[in-house]
Amino acid sequence: MQTYFNEIADHLGTLLQGEEVYTASFSAEESDFVRMNKSEVRQAGSVTDRSIEVDLIDGNRHAAGSSSLSGDAEIDRLRVAALLGDLREKRAALPEDPHLLYATDVTSTERVAENRLPAPHEAVDQVRDAGKGRDLVGIYAQGGIHRGFASSLGQRNWFTNHSFNLDWSFYHAADKAVKEGYAGFEWDTAELQRKVDLAAKKLDALGRKSHTVEPGRYRVYLAPAALSDIVGLLCWGGFSLKMHKTKQTPLLKMTEDGVTMDARVTIAEDTVGGVAPNFQDAGFLRPDRVELIAGGAYKDCLVSPRSAKEYDVENNGADAWETPESLEVNAGGLPTENALAELGTGVWIGNVWYLNYSDRSNCRTTGMTRFATFWVEDGEIKAPLDVMRFDETVYRMLGENLVDLTAERDLILDAASYGGRSVASGRMPGALVEDFTFTL
Amino acid sequence: MLDLIEKRFAAVAPDDCFCSLRWVRSRSEKIEVREDVLQPVVSGDDEGVMLTVVDGDGLGYAATSDLTEKGLAAAVARARDWAKRTAGRSVVDHANVPRASATGEFDTAVGKPWSSMSLADKVALLERECARLKTDDRIVDWAASLWNVETDTALLTNRGGRIRQHLNTLMPGLRATANQGAETQARTFGSMAGGMQGGLELLDRVGFGDAAPRVAEEALELLSAPDCPSGTMDLLLGAEQMVLQIHESIGHPLELDRILGDERNYAGTSFVTLDMFGSYRYGSDLLNITFDPTKPGEMASYGFDDDGTPAKREFIIENGILKRPLGGATSQARAGMDGVANARACSWNRPPIDRMANINLEPGSSTFDEMVAAVENGVFMETNCSWSIDDSRNKFQFGCEYARVIEDGKLGGVVKKPNYRGISATFWRNLEMVGDGATERVMGTPYCGKGEPNQSIFVGHATPACLFAGVEVFGGAS
Repeated sequence: MQTYFNEIADHLGTLLQGEEVYTASFSAEESDFVRMNKSEVRQAGSVTDRSIEVDLIDGNRHAAGSSSLSGDAEIDRLRVAALLGDLREKRAALPEDPHLLYATDVTSTERVAENRLPAPHEAVDQVRDAGKGRDLVGIYAQGGIHRGFASSLGQRNWFTNHSFNLDWSFYHAADKAVKEGYAGFEWDTAELQRKVDLAAKKLDALGRKSHTVEPGRYRVYLAPAALSDIVGLLCWGGFSLKMHKTKQTPLLKMTEDGVTMDARVTIAEDTVGGVAPNFQDAGFLRPDRVELIAGGAYKDCLVSPRSAKEYDVENNGADAWETPESLEVNAGGLPTENALAELGTGVWIGNVWYLNYSDRSNCRTTGMTRFATFWVEDGEIKAPLDVMRFDETVYRMLGENLVDLTAERDLILDAASYGGRSVASGRMPGALVEDFTFTL
Repeated sequence: MLDLIEKRFAAVAPDDCFCSLRWVRSRSEKIEVREDVLQPVVSGDDEGVMLTVVDGDGLGYAATSDLTEKGLAAAVARARDWAKRTAGRSVVDHANVPRASATGEFDTAVGKPWSSMSLADKVALLERECARLKTDDRIVDWAASLWNVETDTALLTNRGGRIRQHLNTLMPGLRATANQGAETQARTFGSMAGGMQGGLELLDRVGFGDAAPRVAEEALELLSAPDCPSGTMDLLLGAEQMVLQIHESIGHPLELDRILGDERNYAGTSFVTLDMFGSYRYGSDLLNITFDPTKPGEMASYGFDDDGTPAKREFIIENGILKRPLGGATSQARAGMDGVANARACSWNRPPIDRMANINLEPGSSTFDEMVAAVENGVFMETNCSWSIDDSRNKFQFGCEYARVIEDGKLGGVVKKPNYRGISATFWRNLEMVGDGATERVMGTPYCGKGEPNQSIFVGHATPACLFAGVEVFGGAS
């Protein structure tokens, strides 16, 4: 695949006219998707997808366009030639772009992971076996993911990984279920079994009569998957320089009023600890780590090349939307094995769902509890909790009401596949929080 | 290209089992002027096919952007391999699912094609509208945009089926964001749900050229407005919010694949169960909901779904009673009940699943003024900006950009950060008045997410304004 991409990139270079420059980003995947319901297969198939986006630049004028590719270099040379022709025509009708910025310091990189994946049907057979006698629902996805960047200045960047992601739930009945994930690069039957056993144990607890709580404030434990979703919501503009400069960040009170989170909270874009490529679509490399919130205070933003040019600051390899791909929250001092005991009486929240802002300027969020969420008394799980809506500010959750973060963290590989399989990840602790507000 | 694809499909399709090919070519262009600067104009041309093979009671698919005969043959082999490997291991008995092999065509009616206006003229139009949004120093971000998507599809089967469709969708948008200190408020036109099928003639129809001053003025109004009051009161929802209310608390819970459990690991299940169809009171007598992919100009209009089932308007809820689910041919066979033509895929690289298409609330007889006059104490809310609902599609909380209090039958002052919450199963029974055709808007969103693997698809909603009684309303607070 890399050789094919380099051939296309070299060919693009031969098609340039005058002082033209091109940048090109490439995306491809060969994926198998097997969807399951009631421990049987619902839909199974394969997707082979390749596309390229080319920005054709002449001075400060440019036009960008994307095209799917066949994988046959001979056919695709014609396709990119046609694309370049269209872009040249389009560019002539466009004004100069004052915020155009692309990598001119040529830095080529290569990260190619070995393919250690099983045959997909073998993994699926094991998943079906794990679901026998239970109601398993979810998806198994696996295959190669490729990203490339090239420019006519000679830069070449390449990224290949071969990953799998089993995102599944065991259902007890109605909406009572336990969710688990098993993702990585090398399939391990024993690890799958460990996760299945863990989920089965929680499933047993879901069989008890459910408990309902009245709206009010409760002591809660947010498991890493739940905290990941809450911190993930902050990625909707919270760490974007453009959104900060235009006052649309949900963290506006941190920058305008000096509001802080708890001093033990540090949030970072940790590219070196994640699984995403370390280059972006304009050819800039990402630093290993960018601290976004440090010691509870706003520290830095993700800066795309356009924002860098517009606001005359250094870019830090962010994508156009300036959203993290490898988010990390630092660990705390609470051993995970003590989380239930330290929770005492309250709610153990395994997952949250459908988060949004109910008051963006105040970073107040709303969402639902979902999957394995339990009522706990004196450190013991008593009953599954009927779903509850929360409405709470992140400043309180991770500020005055934060009791502690766990000492251990989970690496969560994003199972999302809108447009293509995600390479985002998060490294998250659990969080023990006082006075968490349930409203419905 | 389609002629070539047909020849190649004929050459590679097996003759001893059902095989279909779904070809999709989608061409798009998005132009945005933000803060008076033209953003990168990005055009896209995405083309590929999905081959589906049914072998015995197994089904497999393979999607590829390699459209050569060799590429199609490889995809058929992969699809067949999956069909064989899943035979006897599937939650669906694919041998007993009817396979449509229809022939037909569908084309969006387009008055002024996207190509009839030069790129330079489109940019000039957006520069003009963008500039009109910057009416005050407190407007800190402002943008005008046009997004055009032209999609050609074909569905071929080895049983003689041949369906060709051409869809054209236009999404105009305006946005003004105002700020003062630690308070920021935004007003939009179109952006999230302003899509329709058609061409540039839609710009006049939706009032794109008149909207900018109002959008900017309302953003500034919100900046100095008090918070929305809290309490249980009457709630009048404008069409731009009704779109979201229908989408989340009627459309999604009635998707048959959710009810059958397919989505439980991701988008969720439903509080609706199979036994409720035909008798369950979903809303008041005033609630009439149709599934209507035949409505001209609505965002998810089509002649056939992606399984080849002909599109037909059906009542989903009639006089408040739940009639039929949103389920395509496969779900109908599984559930043993009638559904609708809604097996849809977002593109060539995702398989069809049950989607909403156009879900419409039929207009009633009340004028907007009559609905306002009927309210002693309440709030009028418009344009969604926050949406959250539980995985059974029951407990919801929605927020809007803009609201005005209603006191003693009259619209009062503007209030900011309006939110409301409720439970689907009871909310629609409190539907008190339904607006007439003059309050109706035909809208659509490109961002309906669902499915594993994930799919974001276009859906349409046409709805009038509606009045609800006894709703928990509240504003912002730290």
